[in-house]
Amino acid sequence: MQAASIQSRIEIAHSEEEALLTLSAAELLGKRWDFGDVRRALTSTTGYDASLYQQMAELGWLSLATPAAYGGAGMPVGALASLAEPMGKQLLGSPFLATTLASQLLLGAGSEAQKQHWLPKLGSGAAIGSIALSEPGESYAMLPTCVRLATSGTGFTLSGTKCFVLDAQHADLVLVSALHDGRPVVVLLEASALAGRIRRETLIDETRRSARIDLSGLLIGRDALLPAADATVAIEHTLRVAWLLLSAEMAGGAEGVLQLTLDYLKTRKQFGKFIGGYQALKHPMVEIMCAIEQGRSLLYHAATVFEQASVEREIALRMAKAQLGETYTHAADRSIQFHGAVGFTYECHAQLFFRRAQWAQHAFGDALHHRKKLGELMLRDASAF
Amino acid sequence: MSDDPSAQELESFRKQVRTWLGANAPKPPRFKLPDSFMEVGTDEQFNYLRDWQQKAYLAGYIGMSWPKQYGGGGMPAAYQAVVNSEMARANVPFMVNLIGLFWAGPTIMKLGSEEQKKRYIPKILSAEEIWCQGFSEPENGSDLANAQTTAIREGDEYVLRGTKVWTSLGVYAHHMILLARTDKSGPSKYHGLSFFLAPMRVPNVETTPIRKMTGEHGFTETRFDDARIPASCLLGEEGQGWSVALTTLMFERGNDGGQAGGLAMVPLRVAQVIELAQVMQRDGKPAIEDPVIREQLVRFAIEERGLELSQYRMRIPSLTQPRPFAIPMMSKLVMSELRRRLCAFAVSLQGEAGNLYVGDPDAWSDGDWQRSYMNAFSATIGGGTSQIQMNILGERVLGLAKG
Repeated sequence: MQAASIQSRIEIAHSEEEALLTLSAAELLGKRWDFGDVRRALTSTTGYDASLYQQMAELGWLSLATPAAYGGAGMPVGALASLAEPMGKQLLGSPFLATTLASQLLLGAGSEAQKQHWLPKLGSGAAIGSIALSEPGESYAMLPTCVRLATSGTGFTLSGTKCFVLDAQHADLVLVSALHDGRPVVVLLEASALAGRIRRETLIDETRRSARIDLSGLLIGRDALLPAADATVAIEHTLRVAWLLLSAEMAGGAEGVLQLTLDYLKTRKQFGKFIGGYQALKHPMVEIMCAIEQGRSLLYHAATVFEQASVEREIALRMAKAQLGETYTHAADRSIQFHGAVGFTYECHAQLFFRRAQWAQHAFGDALHHRKKLGELMLRDASAF
Repeated sequence: MSDDPSAQELESFRKQVRTWLGANAPKPPRFKLPDSFMEVGTDEQFNYLRDWQQKAYLAGYIGMSWPKQYGGGGMPAAYQAVVNSEMARANVPFMVNLIGLFWAGPTIMKLGSEEQKKRYIPKILSAEEIWCQGFSEPENGSDLANAQTTAIREGDEYVLRGTKVWTSLGVYAHHMILLARTDKSGPSKYHGLSFFLAPMRVPNVETTPIRKMTGEHGFTETRFDDARIPASCLLGEEGQGWSVALTTLMFERGNDGGQAGGLAMVPLRVAQVIELAQVMQRDGKPAIEDPVIREQLVRFAIEERGLELSQYRMRIPSLTQPRPFAIPMMSKLVMSELRRRLCAFAVSLQGEAGNLYVGDPDAWSDGDWQRSYMNAFSATIGGGTSQIQMNILGERVLGLAKG
């Protein structure tokens, strides 16, 4: 065996500020968002609690990574993971993800006037934002393929359909990617422009809201176009933020469902013994715990290197998304099984995690997709490790 | 202990270590080297490895963070971490006195008397005295606390009677960390055990080599037939042996950081399997172009990265909640199992040629992967089988009921 060059890129940092964010998020959500709240929100129109969302805004969570010039705290994007992890653990339904992604896309591609107008509103909770990147029939294309923006008179006409637009029904603005002269651009659509064009999607995850938007023939003014002539860079950045936030959410969710299962295994008795004593249940739980621990390490590393413009950053993020996607779905899958018949009921909370895990693992690239991309990034040269 | 070194100080130290290793790494021997201390089967292997540890110790690169009065360097642990990573990078041999450096030594440092530290630690570091471990018995493997070897106090001595087995380095060892029963009347098997630093080269101790599944030698069975050892060999209090043994096992199974340094075994890296996939052919093309193989390689790479990062993360308290001890306690399980699966995959990558073994002129890399696969079981079984590790993690870390 040849000695391979081993490059160590071991790097994890966690500031005191980030540690406090995690603690305060766990504390607030622990008090304000229990399983009862989750279930009440399942059938509500918006899927979230407006007063809690306002409280999150007041704590600065919605503007954490927004620069101070636009009313934010100017923290690195990586710090958002410290909030998203406890949110995932508590199964929080909220437009936090959609609004954060909209802020990040606007930061990357918007005009100064657009940023001045919208970012303070998104940060204060006065407006909810979202992004529309996905298109039907395409899985995980990073850039627009069918939605087009054509010049028409003094403005533009849009064509095509976007799907999986988070919180579109109650969003005040939606940032839509489209092809214009063969290049990806982003346009900013306000709620009024979308009236009658939104169809709510019935999602496997009932804690979330998303919609399909029919854009065909929609006329928009010139000022709706974000000035970036090629929005690729801004879109790629936004996708990376999505990978990070979903990885963090999945790490939290996996921990939440692990705890739920453990509680059951420690209280349920069969054949006169706590069922957690049986190795057929105990050993898989240990394997899930080990996978969660490794996934969390990948997550914190990805959060740490998020600001570095390097291939290492993309590798770190894709590894976290792939590992935690599979870990969360497996942990939730086993939770259903280990709860026995109770686990098969709507009443059992395991299904809440299971459905969230399904959604989160498929959104913004599943494990197979990311591993394929990792192969392209890593397997050209063995010394790249 | 002095203050933490600055990044600059560490970087300049790293260069110094790299230069030293460049000039002093031992030349590859003409014979085959083992992958770990569990596989040392011949005198020439042993001598070569012992000389290397002595050289590294004399250069000041072993036991760097241990106190000077016991032969250590008295420096911050960060320096030893630099040496360890540079040794891995340079792919130099592992430290043959591993049981001394990683398990027995740290246990003595933590729980031993001043006299014991002075007596044993310097020679552990210099490899002047080799250590082995006497925990398992023919009838008590996973059920370690059920040890039946007896130690009866007679004046200033203990009289040992019983058999210890699966002892790596048994034929080379000067001392054995030994778990024996000093009292059979206790309320449970955990009571009445005592922990000894037992000399091996005294009358009525007989050590016999055992042949491994690879056909090589590497571990032994040791019979104590009323062997007399000084009472000063007792570590801790009489009857407290189980708690001392748990301390040793924490060092053995985890990665506590209290160890003396150097490499523990030949590291197997996913990068090496990727190199193999670049050379092996599938359907007339390099195997690395096969999408099924790529998927497997990336899976291994993610696992390896997750493990490495975890070893780093466990030192950041705000990122280890709610299970601060999960990572050190799971390390042995996940690392040994990854190594086993990685070896199995590397053998299968060779296709039909994977059936050729060490000694065949056409075997790839002289059958190293094939032998490593078999030897990988030493780590998934030794020191507590993976199945026992899962019980321990399930019960102590997750709080599940005992079976």
